[in-house]
Amino acid sequence: MATLTAPAERSEAIVEIGGLPIRLRSDDPSFVRLIQMRYAGYISTSVEASFDFEIELVPHGIDAGDQDLSVRWDSGRWLMERGDFRAEFNPSTARGRIEQTCNPYSLDSVLRIVHTLLLARGGGFLVHASSAIRNGRAFLFSGVSGAGKTTMARLAPPDAALLTDEISYVTRSEDRYFAVGTPFFGELARAGENLRAPIECVYLLAKGLENKIEPIVGAEAVRGLLGNILFFARDAEFVKLVFDAAFDFVSRVPVRRLTFVPDTRIWELVI
Amino acid sequence: MIEKPYVARSTAIAARGLGDETMVMSATSSTLFTLDEVATVIWNAVDGATPLEEIVTKRVCAQYEITPEVALQDAELLVEQLAEHGLLLLSEKPIPQPSISPKVSP
Repeated sequence: MATLTAPAERSEAIVEIGGLPIRLRSDDPSFVRLIQMRYAGYISTSVEASFDFEIELVPHGIDAGDQDLSVRWDSGRWLMERGDFRAEFNPSTARGRIEQTCNPYSLDSVLRIVHTLLLARGGGFLVHASSAIRNGRAFLFSGVSGAGKTTMARLAPPDAALLTDEISYVTRSEDRYFAVGTPFFGELARAGENLRAPIECVYLLAKGLENKIEPIVGAEAVRGLLGNILFFARDAEFVKLVFDAAFDFVSRVPVRRLTFVPDTRIWELVI
Repeated sequence: MIEKPYVARSTAIAARGLGDETMVMSATSSTLFTLDEVATVIWNAVDGATPLEEIVTKRVCAQYEITPEVALQDAELLVEQLAEHGLLLLSEKPIPQPSISPKVSP
């Protein structure tokens, strides 16, 4: 006797970062639960999403090696590939797919890349920086690995809302720049608060023997910022967008060098 | 080094002037380069149609106190280095330019 088998129902979660809701679908409910836990605080309860991604979990077949990341534009879609995932995203249809093994880190990388691509169109970018909101204003602390991003986050006073200790999310709206909370974390291993505030200042971090703040202007400011912006895509149009965004940002937001001794007194100086 | 090269800016770059300097980013490597004042004069003058030697004579030597021989030697070294990083194209013949060429934004 023939039996009817209902197709497996796909589970989904909508992760909304920076006001961009992305629906993530998988036929593995346990992986969707993993997404919901990983992105707690950024899960949208709305049924509407601006972008849809299908996730295919593969037990084997993708090497988890150290293959370099490749992000390129091909035939109307972005192709993203690394040792642990393959993904594509079509901006015209707002749809994409991700092929990865069952781990949250690959998805995290894809989301970071997708957000850099989406942000660039509106003059925004992701930058290696911790960020926090205090008294309604956002402050970014930017630097390479080891510069003190997480240290500044750890030293933040109780009334500061931490947006991230690793990757700051910068958006542009009506000639102003805003910092937005993200679930992208570093050594602190804690998602930022899902908040948004106008950026008051960017500090380029340098460790030293005394606390010191120096203004940086012109080419030096642009160089300092561009050196920390995330450029995943080796694409001329994308690079131009982000390059121009960095110049515009520096013309509107003060950039300062913050040399600091890692203790709580530094926050008395920066705010 | 090509003798008497024609020079053009690559399309796979982003560039912008800031004061007397020009900042150029390679789209293929995201590497940032800063050109000084004289290099900026050359960068702005290369158009694929004018030989480098003519650019040096008419733009560099006209503005700066430097002999044509030394200026040309320096300019050749500069364009060669920028070409190695994919920022400039060098050719023995004039280089046709696309309709939209990356120029330095004001």
